[in-house]
Amino acid sequence: MTQEPPTTTEGPLLEVTDLQKYFPVKSSGVIRRTIGQVQAVDGVTFSIGAGQSLGLVGESGCGKTTTGRVITRLYDPTAGSMKFEGHEIGHLSKKEMHPYRRDIQLIFQDPYSSLNPRHTVGSIVGTPLLVHNAVPKNQVVDRVQGLLETVGLNPEHFNRYPSEFSGGQRQRIGIARALALNPKLIVADEPVSALDVSIQAQVINLLQDLQQKFGIAFLFIAHDLAIVRHFCPEVAVMYLGKIVEIGDRSSIYETPHHPYTQALLSAAPDVKQAVVGGRRERIRLEGDVPSPVNPPSGCRFRTRCWKAQAICAEQEPPLLEVGGRQVACHFAEPLQVVSSLVAESESEAPSLQDLSESGDAPVQVS
Amino acid sequence: MTTEAGQTAQTVQALSPRRVTWLRRRDAAVRSWKSFARHRIGVAGLVVLVLFALMAVFAPLLANSNGLEVTKATGPVMGAPSSHYWLGTDESGRSVLTLLIWGSRVSLFVGLFATLISVVIGTLIGISSGHFGGRIGGLLFRLTEWFLVIPFLPLALVLASLLGASLVNIAFVIGITSWPGTALLIRSQTLSIEARPYMERARVLGAGNWHQMTRHVLPNVMPMVFANTTLTVAGAILAETTLSFLGLGDPTRVSWGTMLDSAFSNGAMSLGAWWYLIPPGVCVVLVVLSFTVVGQALEEIFNPRLRQR
Repeated sequence: MTQEPPTTTEGPLLEVTDLQKYFPVKSSGVIRRTIGQVQAVDGVTFSIGAGQSLGLVGESGCGKTTTGRVITRLYDPTAGSMKFEGHEIGHLSKKEMHPYRRDIQLIFQDPYSSLNPRHTVGSIVGTPLLVHNAVPKNQVVDRVQGLLETVGLNPEHFNRYPSEFSGGQRQRIGIARALALNPKLIVADEPVSALDVSIQAQVINLLQDLQQKFGIAFLFIAHDLAIVRHFCPEVAVMYLGKIVEIGDRSSIYETPHHPYTQALLSAAPDVKQAVVGGRRERIRLEGDVPSPVNPPSGCRFRTRCWKAQAICAEQEPPLLEVGGRQVACHFAEPLQVVSSLVAESESEAPSLQDLSESGDAPVQVS
Repeated sequence: MTTEAGQTAQTVQALSPRRVTWLRRRDAAVRSWKSFARHRIGVAGLVVLVLFALMAVFAPLLANSNGLEVTKATGPVMGAPSSHYWLGTDESGRSVLTLLIWGSRVSLFVGLFATLISVVIGTLIGISSGHFGGRIGGLLFRLTEWFLVIPFLPLALVLASLLGASLVNIAFVIGITSWPGTALLIRSQTLSIEARPYMERARVLGAGNWHQMTRHVLPNVMPMVFANTTLTVAGAILAETTLSFLGLGDPTRVSWGTMLDSAFSNGAMSLGAWWYLIPPGVCVVLVVLSFTVVGQALEEIFNPRLRQR
């Protein structure tokens, strides 16, 4: 058996402080000098309690996936601290990290390329057990079949190859694989965005059941606002490598304080509004996302923000407690027009029916 | 476990994983064979290869090995083909046909053995240099490139004369000079597999390098290795012929290369003894060509990018 990481009960399960991940940009040629840094993640702070789930939303390229990969130590963090159950895991060696890998698992976006086409389902789901010597070899098949049953697959199919399954079933295989070692934290990187809408709801429900049953904490990375709202009691909004707003789901969704969050939410289709027949007031952002190699000074959103003043270029707004959530904006305030439209939905999560109806439209900020 | 789950486990046990894997492998083999059978030229090459292989295996039945010994030779010197000596005789009166049949053994053995060495080295270095990024991978890649640019013949000549002329040495020399091509091919394939999410998944899991290379990379590059092997055999046989022709072959064994060498040095050309020169030459060409077309057919089956043509 591999050694168990020491456990502590106090404090959050995962505590990320000022996490940074820069990717060097190298010049071509024989001597490859570093000529710049892609600041993919630049000072991200959040924590996840045991059995809790945090949603991480933002548009493509904002660093949410990189954050997930640093937490699973696919990338080494450039700076900052990552504490798992109170133990710093950001700079552990491969060997020291090994026992923690049991507890932190990853679910991938693409259910096709994340399963080796030459391995059977049994071997895919059983590999974690073997790598970590979690169960005796002769019990692996039993455990794998149990896991397949847990995720709603026929346990007899453990001899089949991934190509014989549909996208949703493949994602279930990926989930079974992530569950194999009874992890405490699952980083789900866009787990349903590659699936059909009807299947999305099923998989989300499965994840929710599993979370309640096994008390697993989730870092749920997605760009689909409706799904995040359904799944995560706490939501963090990222823009260009930074968290701009973080708080519980009702305050973020009903009274967004950061201009970017307001724009993001206004771009998401709202079924209820469409039924009533009213056109939503939509905030159209000008321009493109600035390059993360050379982000704007001060507030990173100021180049596209309609509220931007001189102070935004000079001072970087810190994450401050405003109206029950933390916002990084000098002019944080609820947007009256948007909030009046969104606030009519009830404070708890939307029903699943809503989800499957509205879930197909990914959020795009133009 | 509940009784229900126990029952499902039992029905599954009826088909053991090993058996299922075997069935699937068989299905895959049948599928590959079917697409291979559509390549007419490839099939023709395979037929020729099978004939040569039979000839090599059953050489003792086809021709008496006494016919290889100069002292026991009975025929005329450089005799033209006749009813007794179908392909004429050599400078010491041995039957060229006998030499040809026994020569196929040496040529094929050296070709296959050299290929084995070359493919093992090439695959090992190719996968390692693709899998380990950074310094180790770069170093292995440079090593591959270094071997690639060394002209084959001078290196082979030096090695062959240093190690001494024996069959195993010849195969060894050919093997360690011909692996870079395989290594480059396998390296590029490995790099493309390394980028797949299931490799990331294996790393997140904390699976070691050995696990990643043997369980994920190797099964995915194996078809390419297989197709490449047949192409390498052709080159190895040609290399053996070349080295033997240059006088670096095993002097105690007859191969097609040494036949060409002695035909050349004994003036078969000026004597007009075409029967001594042409048969070994044709055999080399036939075998090399067959291996090449079979290899190309296999490559087309296993490399999806070449399939749609």
